[in-house]
Order: sequence, then C-alpha cells, then structure tokens
Amino acid sequence: MKNKRWIVYAACAVVILISPAALNRYWTDVLNVIGLYVMLALSLNIILGHCGMFHMGHAAFYAVGAYTTAILNTAYGIPVLWLMPLSGLLAGLFALVIARPIIHLRGDYLLIVTIGFVEIVRIALINNIFGITGGANGIFGIDRPTIFGMKISTPGQFFYLIWFFVAVTIYLFRKLEHSRFGRALNYIREDDVAAAGSGIDTGHYKLIAFVIGAVWAGFCGTLFAAKMTIIAPESFNFWESVLLFMIVLLGGRGSIAGVILGTFLVIGLPEIFRQFATARMLVFGVVMVAMMIFRPEGILPPPPRTYRLDGDTGPEEAA
Amino acid sequence: MTLLHLENLTKRFGGLIAVNDVSFDVPEGAIVGLIGPNGAGKTTVFNLITGNYRADSGKIVFDGRPINNLPTHKIVSLGIARTFQTIRLFQKLTALENVLSGCHCRMKSGSIAAMFQPPWQRAEEQKALDKALSELRFVKLAEQAMNLAENLSYGNQRLLEVARALATEPRLIILDEPAGGMNDQETARLIDTIRQIQARGVTVLLIEHDMSLVMKACEQIVVLENGGKIAEGTPSEIKANRRVIEAYLGTDEE
Repeated sequence: MKNKRWIVYAACAVVILISPAALNRYWTDVLNVIGLYVMLALSLNIILGHCGMFHMGHAAFYAVGAYTTAILNTAYGIPVLWLMPLSGLLAGLFALVIARPIIHLRGDYLLIVTIGFVEIVRIALINNIFGITGGANGIFGIDRPTIFGMKISTPGQFFYLIWFFVAVTIYLFRKLEHSRFGRALNYIREDDVAAAGSGIDTGHYKLIAFVIGAVWAGFCGTLFAAKMTIIAPESFNFWESVLLFMIVLLGGRGSIAGVILGTFLVIGLPEIFRQFATARMLVFGVVMVAMMIFRPEGILPPPPRTYRLDGDTGPEEAA
Repeated sequence: MTLLHLENLTKRFGGLIAVNDVSFDVPEGAIVGLIGPNGAGKTTVFNLITGNYRADSGKIVFDGRPINNLPTHKIVSLGIARTFQTIRLFQKLTALENVLSGCHCRMKSGSIAAMFQPPWQRAEEQKALDKALSELRFVKLAEQAMNLAENLSYGNQRLLEVARALATEPRLIILDEPAGGMNDQETARLIDTIRQIQARGVTVLLIEHDMSLVMKACEQIVVLENGGKIAEGTPSEIKANRRVIEAYLGTDEE
C-alpha cells in the first residue's frame, strides 16, 4: 500500500522533471508558475494545514520577499539569488512583528485580521511607502539570477531553478512534519487547550509556524521577482491569498501531496480551460462547495504518520 | 511533606463565586479525592491549579514554589499533569501520538533540528517513542498504539488521557472524573491503575462522583459545596460527617 504510494509519487516527479522537453515555452512557464505556487502553498500549509490557523494574508509575506529582492537588487546591484536568505529573513521578521499581537485570535477573527494585513501591505506598496516601492507601477529591471556564471532567463532554465527549490522545500517540510515540532502544530490544531495541558507552549508554536511560513513565502518572493524582472503591488493582492487558501483546503490540510495536487488543479486547470475564462469562477465555486460537502478533509488528506516501533531508526519516512 | 498547597483560593465568574476561600494540602505520595455535589466548584479548583483560570485571590504553591500566574505549559513542565472531565484527546491522531504530546515538554528539538535531523534529534525522538509506548503499556493500550484516538472505546479514551498525562513525567497527576462513563469492570481496572500510579511515586489528586471508587482509592478526601470547603479527612471520617451527608441528601446524586 505504502510502496504503491511511493511509486505514484516517483512517477509524478519524473513526469514533471522531464516535461519541459515536451512542452513549449508557454506551457513550461505555466509549470514555473505552478512551481512557485506549490512552494507558497506548502508554506501556507504549515500555518493553515498543520497548525489550523485561518491565515488569509499570505501574499503579504510573499510581497515583502519580492520587494526586498527587487529594491536591493535594483538599488545596489546585489545578485538576486544572494538576496534570497535576506528576503526570507525579512519576511519572517515582518511576520514575527505583525503576528505577535494577533496570534491568540481564533478562527474567523484571525482570518479577518490577516485579510486586513494583506490589504495594508498592498496599499502601502501602492502609496510608495518610504519612497522605495515605486508606487502602483512597481519596480522594473530586476536582474536575472545567475548560477556559476550561467544566466537563468528562459522558461526552461527557470523551470529547473524553481523546481529545485520546490524539491528542497518538500524534503525539508516532510522532515518538519515528522518531528516534535510538526506534531506540536497538529496538537494545537486538534485542541489547543489539551495541547497546553500536555505541556505545549501553544502561543510560541503558533508564532514559529507563522514565521516559518513567512520565511518561505519570502524565498518565493525572490524567485518571483527574478522570474518576472518587474513586480507591482497587484501581484500581491487579496485574491492571491485566497487562491493559496483554496489550494490548501482543496488539496488536503497538512498533506504535501495534497497541496501539490491542489496547486495543479487550482492554478493549472484554469490555464487548460482558458477559452472558458468567464465560466471558470463559477466552476471554482461549485467545486469548492461540493468539496466542503463531500470531502471536507480535501482531495488527498494526509495519511497518519507511521512510526517504527522497534529498532532505533526513529520515525519512519511516510507519505 | 506537602507537595501542593492551596491557600484561601477564590475565583469569581461575574457575580457567581465558584470557589470561595478554599484551602487544603496534598501530601506527597498520597491519593487525595476532591468530592462534592454538581456545581460545587471542583473542576474550577482543578482549572486554577493547572493555570487554565487565574485565581482572583489566594495562593497555589507547588513544591515550595508559587505557581499562580504561570501559564499552563510551564505548570506542566514543573510536574503537574491533568486529564479532563470531558475527554479532550487529539481525536484525529493516533493513540501513540496522543501520548507523544505528553513527552513534548521533556524534549528540546525545535523546527530547525526537525528539518536537518541531527543524530541527537533522532535519539531524542526514539527516546520519546519508547517512553510513549511504555506509558501505553502501563495503561494496557499498547495494541491500540496505531489506532486513531476517536476509534477507541470510551473507557480506553479515558485511560489514554491518563497515559498522555503520565508521559509528561509529572510529580502530581490531577484526574477529573476518571471513571466517568466507565462500567464496573473498567472502574475496577482504573482503581488498579491509580494505585500503580501512586506506586510509581506520583501523587494523585482526583475528582470523582463514583463514591465506591473514592472510598476505595483515596487516603484523604476534601469535600466542597457551593464553592467552599465543608470537610476534610479520611474516607471513614467523611462518611460519618454530618455536613457531608446533608450536602449530598436531596441532591441529584449519581
């Protein structure tokens, strides 16, 4: 049963990795966009999926990362990829500062505050805050990333850059899930009073979940800025946050495979059905309602963690 | 030696005085019962001890250290664990993971160690797993380790809560109606378990409506009525106490 799962995962990974060879530039670029959203959705999955915090402002952290990269690159010429750690760090710091006072809010209250945050960030960017964000036009002329002297510019090259980071993200987040930290988030999601009663510092873990999610969104911001070479506030609006929220709920809260599948459905399908552009939202709506009724856990809910109970190898790697 | 000392504890909810000037001591190594009619304030006392509520006045001293204003997780790590009156397990997680939550406060690894899993982190995980399994064995639920908590029988869910509390390595365990919803056989098993907990050197404080359990298991009993303490003593003293009999007469006794 579990082996079968792994064969399916491996097959999917291989198909994705060789797909640029068979696709034209446009479709390769669609895959790049999907890759970015996979990373973003996986980072939101830590907050929303694992910890159960209704956070609908993830685009704010994404924006902080993207603008950090764009501003420092255009102003000081620092290579884009070098800015990735800094972008993540600043997004994480931003999350720490704004989440600290609201972290104890529950469910819909948190939802509303985070929606407020993403709007505040967008409007601040439009209003050219500190005179460095370029206002509504955004920032132009961000450098292409270079790796060992090779300039990354075609969709094919970006494909491997982005999906490399997706792979790293999947690897690290899987480890994170199968740990004391990952379990603590699940305990909080299930029942935070019982979690505190079992000795878990719920406020601390909620905050760290927020920060990790934000750091990753910041990393994604760097990749986005590098890919687009031009960023504007409209790329980080409320709708982006809603899409990410939908991906996690649709795919399966707390499930990496589910979130990836969800991204392909939410971001990929609309590309395939472009000619029905006007009906897309209607279909989306119907699908979401149907999901909530028939599969509230998402399409691919996470299987329970498995543990190797004898021997000394620690938690078994499970899907 | 006194492990837990409550002094003039008072808690108000609006105009209602839920706990009124309650004082009692829990000696180390004892099994102490807290009884009283419904609404007497027993669970409120527990919630005050574990930091779920803040006392309006009074003192709670655990092992010589005041714990009034500490957050719940700190109190747990100092050595007070609890179970809940209404079962509060992590229903969608396995029995093993439920117990692992109790191991949490005795572990150190954080998010970064989780991502890179250095050897000490793996060793710690393994130690926690062993500990969780041994607590499951202690309450005789080892075969259920991989079942989701929600699929366990009611009595087993109560025992699983006990195992989770024990996994925090407490010095004092607080059981809130541990026999609630159990049949006679399960209750008998529970009394055994409580005695074994005591034999491990853990002090037990429990609320219970099942008088036969209280009289059999407890060495000392504290009786509350309407938020105030009306009696304290050994089971035989409590049985003979007029005020206790009055408090229970005419009430809807279970």
